[in-house]
Amino acid sequence: MTQANSIQTSNNAPQKKRKAVALISGGLDSLLAAKVIQEQGIHVEGINFYTGFCVEGHTHAIRKKDKDKQKRNNALWVAEQLGIKLHIIDISEEYKDIVLNPKHGYGANLNPCLDCKIFMVNQAQAWAWAEENGFDFIITGEVIGQRPKSQRKETMPIIARESGAEDRLLRPLCAKNLMPTLPEREGWVDREQLYDFSGRSRKPQFELAKKFGFDDFAQPAGGCCFLTDANYSAKLADLWEARGERRYELDDIMLLKVGRHIRPKPNFKLIVSREEGENNFLKGYKKQFTSIHTVSHGGPLTLLDGSFDKEDIKLAAQIVARYSGGKSADAVTVQIENFNGTSYVMDVPPMPAHEVKEEWHV
Amino acid sequence: MSSKHTLDCSNLLCPMPVIRTQNALKELNEGDTLEVICTDPGTLSDIPTWCRINQQEVLSTEEVDNQIIFYIKKTAN
Ligand code: SF4
Repeated sequence: MTQANSIQTSNNAPQKKRKAVALISGGLDSLLAAKVIQEQGIHVEGINFYTGFCVEGHTHAIRKKDKDKQKRNNALWVAEQLGIKLHIIDISEEYKDIVLNPKHGYGANLNPCLDCKIFMVNQAQAWAWAEENGFDFIITGEVIGQRPKSQRKETMPIIARESGAEDRLLRPLCAKNLMPTLPEREGWVDREQLYDFSGRSRKPQFELAKKFGFDDFAQPAGGCCFLTDANYSAKLADLWEARGERRYELDDIMLLKVGRHIRPKPNFKLIVSREEGENNFLKGYKKQFTSIHTVSHGGPLTLLDGSFDKEDIKLAAQIVARYSGGKSADAVTVQIENFNGTSYVMDVPPMPAHEVKEEWHV
Repeated sequence: MSSKHTLDCSNLLCPMPVIRTQNALKELNEGDTLEVICTDPGTLSDIPTWCRINQQEVLSTEEVDNQIIFYIKKTAN
């Protein structure tokens, strides 16, 4: 009866205010998980990890068409709703290894969810214990069966074990389907007030949200992470193939979020802006890439990525002209600017639409 | 003695300006002021939100051309 004894001892001891660190993604589940624990009188602080693939922010900041949407960082919004501190941590460098070499493999796209969760819980744990007073446990918004790969009943213990958090990892939304964790056994939280959600339906979450009075939470289609997006993953896979190695820099993965990506030949691709916001964003890269813009007509800014010769540049210029205001003109004047600042102009006939092959679009 | 510091977050996109601000404030003493220069319009909502939830004080926000400049006073550790 060691377990019962330890509960007894803890209950008789003077009550210390327990502290939990909540992994806050900006989505509904982590919001609810944190709220459930907060309701039990636990001091909660949030931690949010920036991987470089977060759907958050960048896309909205870049694209003008989204200008009317309220631009807010959802994790910050969630923290404010909960009235908790939020620590945002840039893990984009260390995260590369997770994306490039996931021990447990990928999900439907290039999403290494299981390794990602293990890594994030591990980072949260390292951060929490390093904090002056220490935190007693970690909360996530995981729900059994919600994601086919990372959130299965069998994977829950793997995350707890491999992250090093062991039974200091509590998932308030599905805790009742799992073995009691340390915070439950010690009586810091009341297991009876935790939940037994499972499966893909989000209905129980919506009901709980309603109960707590949350009605403006983020529900981004496809989640909060570009790696779950098939188009994005295809672009990332294309980048690796073209380079002949699996490697990326933060700028590479930012650029995959922007513009049309057209690869007419294996050795190079064009990144063609689709609107003004993207144009402005791509301008920031003119010192790193050769760029093309139309002079005789209005048109998009295009970056060239890869290695290319004169013929390739001509081909690229024709494609750029096809996306300019001069697409039906006999010739369009384009300016080619090298990243070292030198530039020259050339006249090219725009490529007819049907010659821009479907398979060039990455 | 409180001191003034400047952090340039030009061309950085959300959430990097918030992360840089958060990390810079960590290094300052209470009472110090941090001037943060941003170009991402998302910071208009994010930096004040971060300051509110982490009990730091935004003294003023200026928008000049395409720059957004925040003056933040470190009020809590
Ligand atoms: S969706 Fe992205 S952030 Fe979420 S667990 Fe999977 S890889 Fe990690």
